[in-house]
Amino acid sequence: MIPELNIALAILLLPLVSFVVLIFFGKRFMEKSGLVGTTFLGIDLLLAVYIFFSKLAAETRWDFTFTWIDFHTVVNNVPLKIDIGIMVDNLTAVMLVVVTLISFLVHLFSLAYMKDDVRYSRYYANLGIFTFSMLGIVLTNNYLLMYVFWELVGLSSYLLIGHWYEKKSASDAAKKAFVVNRVGDLGFFIGIMIVWMQFSTLTFDGIFSAIGHGNIPFGSNTWLTAAGLLIFCGAVGKSAQFPLHVWLPDAMEGPTPVSALIHAATMVAAGVYLVARTFPMLTADALMVIAYTGAITAFVAASIAIVQNDIKKILAYSTVSQLGYMVMGLGVGAYTAGVMHLVTHAAFKAGLFLASGSVIYAMHHALHHLNDHHTDAQDVRFMGGLKSKMPVTFWTMTIFTLAISGVPLTSGFLSKDEILAGTLAYSHFTGHSLIPIIGFLVAGLTAFYMFRMLILTFMGEHHDKHRLDHIHESPRVMTIPLMVLAALSFFVFFSFNPISASQGWFFQKMTYPTVAVPEAIAATPTAEFVEEIHHQHTMAMFLSVGVSGIGILLAFVTYFWKKISADAFERALKPVHTFLYRKWYFDELYDATAVAGMLGIARVLAWFDGTIVDGIVNGAGWLTKLVSVFSGKFDSYVVDGLVNFTAYFAGLLGLSIRKVQTGKVQTYMIFAIIGFMVLLALYI
Amino acid sequence: MTITLTHFLIISAVLFSLGIYAVLTRRNAIMVLMGVELILNSANINFLAFSRFGGMNIEGQMAAVFVIILAAAEAAIALAIVLNIYKRFNTVNVDEISLLKD
Amino acid sequence: MELNILNIGILTWLTFLPVIGMIIVLLLPKEQKTAIRWTSLVFTLLQVVLAFLLFAKFDRTLAGVNSADTMQFKEVFNWINVKSTGWFGSIKIDYFLGIDGISMPMVFLTAIISCIAVISSWTIEKSLKGYFALLLLLDTGMMGVFVSLDFFLFYIFWEVMLLPMYFLIGVWGGPRREYAAIKFFLYTLLGSVLLLLAMLALYFSVTIIDPASGEKIHTFNMLAMMNPANYDAGSILAGTSTSWRYLAYIAVFIGFAIKVPIFPFHTWLPDAHVEAPTAISVILAGVLLKMGTYGLLRIGFPIFPDAAMHYLYPLAFLGFVNIIYGAFCAMAQKDFKKLIAYSSVSHMGIVILGIASMNTQGMLGGMLQMFNHGTITAMLFLIVGVIYDRTHTRGLDDFGGLMNKMPKYSGIMVIAFFAAIGLPGMSGFISEAFSFLGAFQTFRWLTMASAFGIVLTAGYMLWTLQRVFLGTLPEKWNELTDINSRELIMLVPLAIIVIVLGLYPNLMLDVMNTSANTLVDFVKGSAGAALVH
Repeated sequence: MIPELNIALAILLLPLVSFVVLIFFGKRFMEKSGLVGTTFLGIDLLLAVYIFFSKLAAETRWDFTFTWIDFHTVVNNVPLKIDIGIMVDNLTAVMLVVVTLISFLVHLFSLAYMKDDVRYSRYYANLGIFTFSMLGIVLTNNYLLMYVFWELVGLSSYLLIGHWYEKKSASDAAKKAFVVNRVGDLGFFIGIMIVWMQFSTLTFDGIFSAIGHGNIPFGSNTWLTAAGLLIFCGAVGKSAQFPLHVWLPDAMEGPTPVSALIHAATMVAAGVYLVARTFPMLTADALMVIAYTGAITAFVAASIAIVQNDIKKILAYSTVSQLGYMVMGLGVGAYTAGVMHLVTHAAFKAGLFLASGSVIYAMHHALHHLNDHHTDAQDVRFMGGLKSKMPVTFWTMTIFTLAISGVPLTSGFLSKDEILAGTLAYSHFTGHSLIPIIGFLVAGLTAFYMFRMLILTFMGEHHDKHRLDHIHESPRVMTIPLMVLAALSFFVFFSFNPISASQGWFFQKMTYPTVAVPEAIAATPTAEFVEEIHHQHTMAMFLSVGVSGIGILLAFVTYFWKKISADAFERALKPVHTFLYRKWYFDELYDATAVAGMLGIARVLAWFDGTIVDGIVNGAGWLTKLVSVFSGKFDSYVVDGLVNFTAYFAGLLGLSIRKVQTGKVQTYMIFAIIGFMVLLALYI
Repeated sequence: MTITLTHFLIISAVLFSLGIYAVLTRRNAIMVLMGVELILNSANINFLAFSRFGGMNIEGQMAAVFVIILAAAEAAIALAIVLNIYKRFNTVNVDEISLLKD
Repeated sequence: MELNILNIGILTWLTFLPVIGMIIVLLLPKEQKTAIRWTSLVFTLLQVVLAFLLFAKFDRTLAGVNSADTMQFKEVFNWINVKSTGWFGSIKIDYFLGIDGISMPMVFLTAIISCIAVISSWTIEKSLKGYFALLLLLDTGMMGVFVSLDFFLFYIFWEVMLLPMYFLIGVWGGPRREYAAIKFFLYTLLGSVLLLLAMLALYFSVTIIDPASGEKIHTFNMLAMMNPANYDAGSILAGTSTSWRYLAYIAVFIGFAIKVPIFPFHTWLPDAHVEAPTAISVILAGVLLKMGTYGLLRIGFPIFPDAAMHYLYPLAFLGFVNIIYGAFCAMAQKDFKKLIAYSSVSHMGIVILGIASMNTQGMLGGMLQMFNHGTITAMLFLIVGVIYDRTHTRGLDDFGGLMNKMPKYSGIMVIAFFAAIGLPGMSGFISEAFSFLGAFQTFRWLTMASAFGIVLTAGYMLWTLQRVFLGTLPEKWNELTDINSRELIMLVPLAIIVIVLGLYPNLMLDVMNTSANTLVDFVKGSAGAALVH
């Protein structure tokens, strides 16, 4: 094994150690638990950075595979065994840094944010197991381990969303997240079954090389597309894509730093990562479905985000929307752009959540101080004017908002721009012009609702002067992560050219993977596609800057200068507003169909089981008893009756004959003699 | 007039009938016993008569001796029974001894 | 491979140790409660030690299944020997014990579950002496079923186990115990009758040459029954793919299906579980249900390979019905124990689906699932037992917020629940995944539909978890105490097994692998030969 892989393994295991230590000795550490977890993650981050630089300098990929289970049998002349292993390529190296960095910053941030929590050490333990599973996802080289860590991530997400499980809404959200994810994972698992059946291996390399040699599931292109899409189902669940996006906004019931780590930067990005990993085996049809899924998700979520009032809900929907963006990017074939957006988004979205956490923290303390238990600490309508009180939070938040809106000089601009160029190229080759239209529309919407949130929160006047006095900037452990993330939201970290990423290290190192699917069903060849992106780039840039500008301008006009009355709009378009505010009624729809359907079937089947199936059993028992009663009666009246009748008849006979019985010997003698004489008379 | 087998048989038959009559009609158990003796002796007469006229040797006499012995034994046991009956019921009237009926 | 202690084979020790314990328990005066408990514990612990020894000495490369030569720890004695009785011929029945990769995990499981059942019965007060005596007898019956290779012996142990179970449910059970006990007994007896018929048909069809006397005799030897050459020409079960053979297979199948239980023969299970005391539920779910699938693997498949292959799809379909139907029924339950009973139905469906796949992965998955379900469901029932002991209710809606009140208990519970959901890192995942992977290769659409069960399982398990452990604690349970050390002692070993097998399933897969391959090849090979004829 390459020595660097030992380090990679150490990176993977350190958070697990943190988890084990905190689970078993958390009570002993008490308020030191946070420091323990943070220290582990700090070391982890340093190791990840080391791996990152040494990997980018190295040309080859580091891979270590071993046989985990050998079935000692041969199928189709291939020994049947399951190989697993870990692998570090450029994508993994980048993801390692992203995961450990955000995780470390969230650990740090939580030191203050979660200080007074009842289950402080449990919280840090759960962060540990989450980080472990997430690192597992990016380090494996096969679908089996991927699925294993995939589920573990689901578990840790469940635990962290339900951290405040005394609240019904929190435990509901945790359950919903897990179950909805399971639905996606079901597809993922079926995809794995198809792959395993066809290739008898689950390593990425093995599968792709088999497909490259023309080995296709069940010899049918459709099945190859299906396999790709089924694996994509996993991503639909985890990355909250339409139609399984409903769990992510509810997941905001978890602590805000958790939202930053899991439900913004890393776990939800795992789906995008999965698509990136699976990229070589996706056919043109599969990619088209993926692109549309992403586009629909991006649009639906953005439209909902416009009307939400809860600061975390707005961010949640913006996350869903941005994830849709990434998926769309991958779907149209803009592989590097999609992955890059994952990375840039991780930084600024984690920042947005942490900043909102900082705001909520301040609001919460102020409200608590004033004994106000009615006002919602997360509702943007009760905020406003916080700029002066929380300058660091405000300025970092502004940078993040600019980044997510795709304003030049930010990292978000670079990646979003490339995705949009990709969509234009895609529509050029395939004629699917709806994709770029949605892409640009969503870019505008994003700029609008993000600035709406920023303006409502920090600018203008605060409703309650008294309350404003009690709002303070958050402590240093909370603002430092914000500043780090804000710095990372600038273009320089990804490309020295502020308007184009294509010459930056990211694009140089994160090249398109070799497509394995047969040419006839593959997407547009990479070289032509990249060429076209270059053509479209300038156009995309101007358009995207344009729509973002319009979005930002509209936000200022409406919410800052108040030239347009948002309320008037709301009243004029009441049905639309309600429709969006109620999130397109997805929850209601699912409750009415899937959830109620399941419970209904469950009740019907339980009734069937208890009444019909068990009824038949009990009926059989009852029938047997009935038969036995009958046969009992038959026995005592008919069979026994015959016996008794015989005896009775004999008795009757005896009664009539007994008269003869005088008891006098001489009478008997007479009978004997008479009898003798009769016989004599008869025979003589 | 020669005495033939028939005469003996008539005597025997009369004796037998008298015996039967005694057995059936007497109420006294002793009398019943005496009737039995008569029957036995009528049989004896038959034996002897057949022995004399049937051209046999001594078998008839022997059978008669057996019967006499038998009669003696019978008389002994029967008298003992009667004695016991008398002890128990204070009577030898056979009509009153009808325990068999129940 | 043989292993003797005091000149008596280890399998005999394993099987009859509990009987010795039972005799001692019966000799003890009934006031000596502590002595009775400890005697039972010591004997079951000895059994566990022997099981570990067996596990360590087991040769992983020997297949067993249909060959007497590769059966391990064999013990063969002539047991019943009736000289020629006219047309009936001589009757020779052997005391024939031996294990292979199919039975080894089950022997191990039985030893562990029995020991844990004794620990969990510690609080039984009602006629304690009879209880432990019956429990130990039950242990012998179960162990005997898994180690006997003679059908007659197998059948005897099968029935021996029935009686103590009847009394344990019927005397120490809940309010409707008589109903449940009678239902259990009659149901199982119905299966036994069918099994008996099939056994006799087999007996009169199979002839071997007695090695001792050289004469031709009928035999109950299972391994002889697996060899088509041993069937008399013209006997009822001779030939392949005849309707008599199909009929006999169906009889055997129903006999075992009732034990598994396979839909629609499952309704005794919820009643029996709900009424049985905790320890008995643990044994019922942990070991007894496995006898059904074990019987299929040991008797149904290898003796009737032609019929098994013929009815493979219906078998898999029943597996699918079990998975989905069990999960839906579980979802609708309000009684904690009933919920877990139905979840057993669902999980045993995965075993059925796995073994119906007739390939290595599915077979291994199914066999491993048998073991894993034994440990996981045992944990779940123990978990219910813990709160039932404290609160005397099992209503899911009566609880809430136990997580805060009973942290250690909840930690164990999280492991058990997520193992039941099939979370990776726990043993249940490996076996479920393998079962599905294998089944998918044989029944593509059916397996896809069955896989939906994993969503349902997550749904009802998490819903239960939420209702019982999350939320706020009702005031009436303010006095609840956390799990005590006795309860930890019975739960922690199971939790360790669940996690260790989740991380390193090879530990158990190694044992089963060779046998599973041989079984698959044998069944497929024989059935293939049948098609050629």
